Amino acid sequence: MVRLWLSGGWLAILVLAAIFAPWIAPHDPLAQDLFLERLPPVWIDGAEPGYYLGTDSLGRDVLSRMIYGARIALIVAVLAGGAAALIGSTLGLLAGFYGGWTDRIVGRIIDIWMSFPPVLFAILLVAVLGTGLHSVILAIAIIDWTRFARVIRAETMAQSRMDYVASAVVIGRSRLGTLAAEVLPNVLPTLLVLFSLEMGIAVIVEAILSFVNLSISSDDPTWGGMIAEGRTQIHFAPWVLVVPMVALFLTVLSFSQFGEGLKDRIDPVLR
Amino acid sequence: MADPLLQVRDLHLALPDLNAPRLFGPAPQVGILHGLTFDIPRGATLGIVGESGSGKSTLGRCLVRLLEPTGGTILLNGDDITHASPRDLAAHRRDLQMIFQDPMSSLNPRHSVLRLIADPMRLHGIQDADAKARDMLDRVHLGRRFADRYPHQLSGGQRQRVGIARAVGLSPRFILADEIVSGLDVSTQAQIIRLLEELVADMDLTLAFISHDLSVIRRLCREVIVLRAGQIVEAGATSKIFSAPAHPYTAALQSSIALPELDEGWLLS
Repeated sequence: MVRLWLSGGWLAILVLAAIFAPWIAPHDPLAQDLFLERLPPVWIDGAEPGYYLGTDSLGRDVLSRMIYGARIALIVAVLAGGAAALIGSTLGLLAGFYGGWTDRIVGRIIDIWMSFPPVLFAILLVAVLGTGLHSVILAIAIIDWTRFARVIRAETMAQSRMDYVASAVVIGRSRLGTLAAEVLPNVLPTLLVLFSLEMGIAVIVEAILSFVNLSISSDDPTWGGMIAEGRTQIHFAPWVLVVPMVALFLTVLSFSQFGEGLKDRIDPVLR
Repeated sequence: MADPLLQVRDLHLALPDLNAPRLFGPAPQVGILHGLTFDIPRGATLGIVGESGSGKSTLGRCLVRLLEPTGGTILLNGDDITHASPRDLAAHRRDLQMIFQDPMSSLNPRHSVLRLIADPMRLHGIQDADAKARDMLDRVHLGRRFADRYPHQLSGGQRQRVGIARAVGLSPRFILADEIVSGLDVSTQAQIIRLLEELVADMDLTLAFISHDLSVIRRLCREVIVLRAGQIVEAGATSKIFSAPAHPYTAALQSSIALPELDEGWLLS
């Protein structure tokens, strides 16, 4: 209960920040002011009023950049996570339910896919697709669908052996109808947890790609990009590095906790 | 007697032996059922008994065509359903219902009781499925207040009543009950058996009742077939078979449960 509220609270703040960024952000996230470079956050001496989380080496407001960065993080989390979930769980459901050749083919593809090192694969993909938000989303979906496919396949297999599937045959449900109406609802809680984990992972992968400068253009503030910039300033302005890292950590943790908590709450079997 | 509802002729079933060691090619087949022949007349209550591993549940699953026989024929109402495709079976599904042994596994945990009973009706185009499902809840003596519950919120006996309502709600011609009371305590068993008796009489159902419990069979079934290792060792009227078993296996099966009765007074000796 507590974790659902805490994680949900943080995610709600992020969503609101992302939606209302232009109104909330105290400064233009791109405005440079070299007279105000490397200002510390408000709780450290020497802070300038109005720059709550300090400024970076170009005098840009860290808080404003964080708020705009949340936009990118959430868009990537939802779209990349959603696309990976859609591809992966569709294949996983079909493979687990129909077995036979479907399963063998999907299983082989998963094996091949998983033998690529994911981060290098992502970098390679972005290099091929070109930088930009949509290629980052596409790359994450193309890489991470196996995470869904593997788990959903195994879960679907286990569910398909239950007598309620035999019972569905007896009452005259079609195969596809059985998959959709009987098996899918029983796989959904697992899917929900995976999806929430994947959203966290997508945020991290986006940050990694930003860190190596392969995400969206460096003009747009992203948390990963900020970490990359902060790294060079770590001795003079550690907050530039620490603030986005803490936000990243909290966000990934919140996604996974929110998914777990939500599963416990909406699942009639566990309630 | 009128023509039987189900005619089983020389039924064979073999399944691939997945445990057998093999290098290439398909797994070898193991025979489970070896040439069973019997009729189930309309309105009959047929008991299928045998020790575990005798093939009684497998036979049941062939009768409702959850499994496809590898030999012989099954006629339902004169129609050959032995190798009917799912599409051809669709027309017969309504008449071939089954109550499962373990309702915890055979009732979808994420469907409400109402949906569990109404869905079969909806699939067969029965109007007002929800209202009729609520009526069924009364007929199986559960009561309408159970409509919105989920299987895990019910006791074992209540769950099995839902299983019965789900099958009987379609008013099928044939119902297979596979060990439906073996997971229940004795008093609940008696209630479930009574309910089944009541429904069979009211709705003109033809029932095949699989059990290893001879006392239940004796109470519920007029005819019985005794299975051993996939073959029928004895078949006939229940009363006759139990009073004068012709085959030593039947006698052994019977004595395995009736021992204290036979040896009355052994405590004193």
